[in-house]
Amino acid sequence: MTSAMPMIAFVGNPNSGKSSLFNALTGARQKIGNYPGVTVERKSGRAVLSDGRPLEMVDLPGSYSLTPSSPDEEVTRAVVTGHQQGERRLDAMVIVVDASNLEQHLPFALELIEVGTPVVVALNMIDMATRDGLTLDAAQLSAELGVPVVPTVAVRGRGIIELIAAIETLFDGSPHPIVEPAEHGPDVDRQLRSRAQRIARATTIGEPPERRWTQRLDAVLLHPVLGFAILLAILFVMFQAVFAWSATPADAIDVGLGNLGAYLGDAMPDNWLRSMVVDGIIAGVGAVVVFLPQILVLFLFILVLEATGYLTRAAFLMDGIMAKVGLSGRGFIPLLSSFACAIPGIMATRAIADPKDRLTTILIAPLMTCSARLPVYAIIIAAFIPARSVGPGIGLQGLVLFTLYLSGIVGALVVAFVLRHTVTKGASAGLIMEMPRYQWPRLADVALGLWQRAWIFLKRAGTIIFFSTMILWALLSFPKPPAGSDVSPVRYSLAGRIADNLVAPVVEPIGFNKDIALALIPAMAAREVAVSALGTVYAIEAGDDDEEAARALGPKLAADWSLATALAFLAWFVFAPQCISTIAVTRRETNSWRWPALMVAYLFALAYLFTGVTYWAATALGLG
Amino acid sequence: MYSVLANLKPGERGHVAAVDWDRISVPEGRRLRELGLVEGANIELLHRGSLFLKDPLAVRVGRTTIVIRLAHAAAISIAEGSAA
Ligand SMILES: Nc1nc2c(ncn2[C@@H]2O[C@H](COP(=O)(O)OP(=O)(O)OP(=O)(O)O)[C@@H](O)[C@H]2O)c(=O)[nH]1
Ligand SMILES: [Mg+2]
Repeated sequence: MTSAMPMIAFVGNPNSGKSSLFNALTGARQKIGNYPGVTVERKSGRAVLSDGRPLEMVDLPGSYSLTPSSPDEEVTRAVVTGHQQGERRLDAMVIVVDASNLEQHLPFALELIEVGTPVVVALNMIDMATRDGLTLDAAQLSAELGVPVVPTVAVRGRGIIELIAAIETLFDGSPHPIVEPAEHGPDVDRQLRSRAQRIARATTIGEPPERRWTQRLDAVLLHPVLGFAILLAILFVMFQAVFAWSATPADAIDVGLGNLGAYLGDAMPDNWLRSMVVDGIIAGVGAVVVFLPQILVLFLFILVLEATGYLTRAAFLMDGIMAKVGLSGRGFIPLLSSFACAIPGIMATRAIADPKDRLTTILIAPLMTCSARLPVYAIIIAAFIPARSVGPGIGLQGLVLFTLYLSGIVGALVVAFVLRHTVTKGASAGLIMEMPRYQWPRLADVALGLWQRAWIFLKRAGTIIFFSTMILWALLSFPKPPAGSDVSPVRYSLAGRIADNLVAPVVEPIGFNKDIALALIPAMAAREVAVSALGTVYAIEAGDDDEEAARALGPKLAADWSLATALAFLAWFVFAPQCISTIAVTRRETNSWRWPALMVAYLFALAYLFTGVTYWAATALGLG
Repeated sequence: MYSVLANLKPGERGHVAAVDWDRISVPEGRRLRELGLVEGANIELLHRGSLFLKDPLAVRVGRTTIVIRLAHAAAISIAEGSAA
């Protein structure tokens, strides 16, 4: 007997509810979603047994067998067979199966039982089975498999206590040799499946026509024309809503920050500290925080789509188009999560089996418009695009935003096509994917997801954006121009001189002014910093001119920039890889510097090209 | 009557009579089997592609719905009626 904490893992088919059970037992907040491949890394947490002993639990990526087909499944195999680097062997496993789809989930369960580690089977989603009209005999299943079986409903916490009790009985202290699983040929697969089929039939009473609701919905949502139109409509409504639903709270935050700045401006003595607080923190960081409501509206849509099971349908509808550029529809899910942020998107590519398909998807993920671009887009759109209606329920601002997202998507498809014919050339990847049933999104999950996103956003504002803005503020404030000089303090400062002499000559041909040149450097850390940097630049420039300083950033931009410059600025952010973390995660996931270097190079080249084209075209049209 | 999965129309049912595994790569063949697409499985073609593209297919296999591309579906022969 070792004194170390016992360790158990949750294993099973994708989408069987492993993470939901893990969360219920450990109080963790692993991401849950109704599509296969949500969890792509191992994640551990703690639970306590009834006698108070602690227990380490590990949530694993879903897998269909112990022969891995994709990088996330390799993790599962390594942990199950005890080959995971720097990790103890498992003392027991909880095999999670979907009660309403036993025939599909039992083959992997049978394979896992043969490994020899003690197991308990969680017969999860009993509620769904009941809804479908199935009755299951857990005792019979336990007898057939020769291991304990506990019925559970992970999302309602049903069966959790019984599951803990069953886990406790597994630690008998004797060592368990691991039987190394062999790779399966068609014959072994067939045998496992027919055994699974026999057991499923023996333990299931009543087999009604399957999934009536899901099939009825799919008749509409997967309709070749109507379904595609609905997909576009959902995306369109999402971008309209980003502006329409967030206007009131965003205005309230804006007014609140404006008042706070004015109050502190009056209350504090006129020194560098006041400038740092008012021009740096409030004008800079505040300029980004204003966009919290917009980010939340965007996430509301993404979370609901993830929870309902619609994502795999979207992947189905998009696959035909994606196949034309050499990608698989499986790449659609990581790309869609890149609308939130490219980092989880790039990590989600671990569920893509084909290495070249995966690499291509990683390289184009930064072209999906992540939520960090939203503040940049939103401030420019609000300042330059009139809030006019261009049709029933269609606002011009939302339309422009939709166009920007679309530009990113079209750009990504073109780039994928080029990559698949050059650096990631290879046979076109297939698409083999399971489509889950539809589920109602659970309010608690969506609320929790929103809260987590709000927290991440505010934490970014308080750390990376705050620090970049502070450093920029310092570089912008010193050295001060000599008294009586009519050079603006910004142009005289260190940052101003660097930007004017090094960056401006490069970006002026594509329509950028010196202030943009200045904002682009700190925005390498994160895109939102472009907005906070502009806020700080203009606040410092306004100096003591109170009337000028009191104006929000948007109206200032509208007064200072031409429309051509504003459009050029938008075009730049469709492509420019201004995010250190994305570059770092690409390096980690591709295990080389070659791919992130290629990614940064091609994105900057495209950004420069398209910004220039936008600017020249707009100027030619008389918008300069 | 035999046909291949790739030629079925939405709503048509049958069972897998034979699969030409040699036309499918080893990992993809394994994945198909893991999802239940094996000889003898009862299937129904549910949906075909979107817009003007007829690829991929959504196929019901037992109680699961899976998505596969035409290239794979062309290697799967289907016989009418359900398997014994
Ligand atoms: N009705 C019902 N839904 C459940 C139950 N357990 C999980 N779900 C839902 O099933 C879906 C998948 O749950 P997850 O916990 O993400 O599944 P997972 O096994 O971790 O999936 P992967 O990480 O993709 O392998 C989610 O939509 C859950 O809300 C259950 O007992 N009943
Ligand atoms: Mg999971």
